[in-house]
Amino acid sequence: MGLRDVAREAYREALPALAASVVGGLVAGVVLGEMQAELQAVPGLLVFVPALLATRGNVYGSFGARVSTGLHQGLVEPRVRAGDARLRRAATAALLNGVCASVFAAALAVVVLRALDSPVASAGVMLAIALLAGVLSGIALTAVVVVVVFAGYRRGHNPDALVGPIVTTTGDVFGVLFLLLSVRAVLAAVGLLGGGA
Amino acid sequence: MSTEWSVRAITRAMLPVLLVLTVVELGSGLVLGSFEERLLASPSLLVLVPVTIGTAGNLGSILAARLSTAFHLGTLSFSPRDDVLMGNALATVALAVTLFPAVGLGAWTLAELLGATTLSPVTVAAIALAAGVALAVLAVAVTLAATYAAYRFSLDPDDVVIPVVTNVCDVLGVVVLFAVVIVFT
Repeated sequence: MGLRDVAREAYREALPALAASVVGGLVAGVVLGEMQAELQAVPGLLVFVPALLATRGNVYGSFGARVSTGLHQGLVEPRVRAGDARLRRAATAALLNGVCASVFAAALAVVVLRALDSPVASAGVMLAIALLAGVLSGIALTAVVVVVVFAGYRRGHNPDALVGPIVTTTGDVFGVLFLLLSVRAVLAAVGLLGGGA
Repeated sequence: MSTEWSVRAITRAMLPVLLVLTVVELGSGLVLGSFEERLLASPSLLVLVPVTIGTAGNLGSILAARLSTAFHLGTLSFSPRDDVLMGNALATVALAVTLFPAVGLGAWTLAELLGATTLSPVTVAAIALAAGVALAVLAVAVTLAATYAAYRFSLDPDDVVIPVVTNVCDVLGVVVLFAVVIVFT
């Protein structure tokens, strides 16, 4: 294959998945745009956003790749109802690691911002937001990855080609959406308890 | 192959890398935090943030996956005359040139629907295009370097290159966006 053919094929193969993830990214951007009040109410929140979004991709991308390999190897049965023990353990591990990374990112953000003398919300608020956002988006993403990979596999698609675009597209949207929900929930709880953020 | 499907084995394989990547991502968060006021002042720029980061990482990971497959098939050589290498690099830049103006206009339109925008659509599209092209070139450079390093250290590029490239491109996405916003506004 010549240079031109290679370039043309690579371009054609990548464009649909990239275009889909662009749509997802823009939706996530709209949610972030709607979060201006929350970003101002919780200083340091924006610092934590890239780590939260990347964790989604790193953890659930790898979970999806694992499930897809398991399907290819016949280790996992492509039915959600089967309640496969391997699948449950892989999902538990993904959720656990994802939440760990989210909470770690929030803790580190607080430490670094304090060291830099930058404004940052209290550690309790940041950690509560990270925990809640990590758990909620983790559950949603686990469900989406399993359902879409199984459905795609049963319809004869290669799950390997599905995982990347699904995780990047839904990961950004769910990541920001559940972050917004978590921030609102935590701020409401803080308000009820009468404590200052 | 019997990869262990236990929570402990998966966590042991994943968590250390994950925590390192989280530290890298926090670096990009700090850059983002440093121009927070400017982002809050221009809603279209705030809307641009996730899509720029994500698309930069995706461009890198798609290139990395393709190079890694070519590498496993033995059809890749690290030479500027290599058609697979140059063709994929060219496609990455072409994808950025196609997608990013649309990304900019999309971000501006959505920000306009959400409320008042402060920048013109042409400015936002130009910011997106400039950031996108710079990012595509950087994504190519990072991917080639990471794939070459994996090859030199006899690591499987499938395991290491994609996470490294995706996360480095995430950070570069924010840094480039920051630089372009300063130049254009």
